[in-house]
Amino acid sequence: MAMTVQVDVVSIEGSLFSGLAEFIVAPAELGEVGIYPGHAPMIARMKPGAIRLKLPNQPGEEVIFVSSGILEVQPRRVTILSDLGLLERDADEHHLREEKRKVEETLRYRVTDIEFMRIQVELTRALSRLEGMQVLRHRNRKI
Amino acid sequence: MSGLREIRAKISTVQNLQKLTHAMEMVAQSKIRKVRDRMNAARPYGEMIRNVCAHMSHAHPEYKSPYLHQHETSNRAGLILITSDKGMCGALNSNLLKLAYQQMKHWQEQGQEIEICTIGAKGMSFLRRANANIVSHAVGIGDTPRMQQLALPVGRILDAYKSGELDSVHICYTKFVNTIVHQPVMEQLLPLKGEMLGSPFGYWDYIYEPDPKVIVDETLRRYIEALIFLAVAENMASEQGARMVAMKAASDNATHVIEELKMIYHKTRQAAITEEITEIISGAAAV
Repeated sequence: MAMTVQVDVVSIEGSLFSGLAEFIVAPAELGEVGIYPGHAPMIARMKPGAIRLKLPNQPGEEVIFVSSGILEVQPRRVTILSDLGLLERDADEHHLREEKRKVEETLRYRVTDIEFMRIQVELTRALSRLEGMQVLRHRNRKI
Repeated sequence: MSGLREIRAKISTVQNLQKLTHAMEMVAQSKIRKVRDRMNAARPYGEMIRNVCAHMSHAHPEYKSPYLHQHETSNRAGLILITSDKGMCGALNSNLLKLAYQQMKHWQEQGQEIEICTIGAKGMSFLRRANANIVSHAVGIGDTPRMQQLALPVGRILDAYKSGELDSVHICYTKFVNTIVHQPVMEQLLPLKGEMLGSPFGYWDYIYEPDPKVIVDETLRRYIEALIFLAVAENMASEQGARMVAMKAASDNATHVIEELKMIYHKTRQAAITEEITEIISGAAAV
């Protein structure tokens, strides 16, 4: 059996994944990083994108979209602290596009600064998810 | 008879009130489950980020983050006060405000200036009346705590601490023990304590990306924000619990009041009938 490492993906709104994985790909700020079990300790900032996990005894990969966050790697444990997270199966691209359009529309008629900031946060959230999905789609086409 | 009509009106008023309190009790009952689930959902993140911070405190002893070490220069304290937005939840807010007020008095006696960030409308209106120095606030946060609603007001206090304007930051909220028991607490948030648990196993260090200073500060900042988020979630659960208990007590009291009023009503009615009969009989006797 291949070596595995304990992976936990959590966001403030709940735990997204907890279990063993053989290989992890995460979008670190300075580029994507691939992590095998026994990796040297590392701590990195993440940018929005998709985390891909190769699970033992399973074909294919588990995909989780994250916005920015922190990635911590210990030899036998990987912790991903996501500011916002979304499982692939919960994602709905059409819905996200709609969200983006709506937010951009309101942005044009913005009222106050606070309102503006709130909307900007929403936009970033929608965009990061969309970006994650597009990355994934692109990759799938290549295969 | 006017006396009877008045009592009848009173009874129906109390009955209407009881309907209201009962409805609020039911609403709180259904909400508390959701709020408690949300509170529990945030727990894994809190634990994980705590572990990461504990690892980090062993890894890199050279860089001292301002979040971990007191600077004690300004003689100013920060306070984050979390209350509910709405009332009708018993003594929840007044107990908390009492605690906060005592602490503020204590600081003032020591000659410390206080900067306050209030989350929730009740705390804000109280402190406005007390003429406290409110630097930021968040009101109308609803039943779902959201990081983006809290980030801005809380950020002002945290930034002030980081730049050395504040010596310490405390957080005051109502801890959720169980549905009936809620405890107002005051905890020190900054500088962080108790993150140096366990002993380091040999010398080792992380690979930092982009660089240690940025990442250490950012991770600790997230940890603090997670603590505040958890406190807000707990406060919300406490609020619903307290409201449920308070509204149940109010409904029960209404039942008692209605019973008493009904008794008076029947007695008055009986007295009126007796009086009428006596009048008729005495009238008949006179004829």
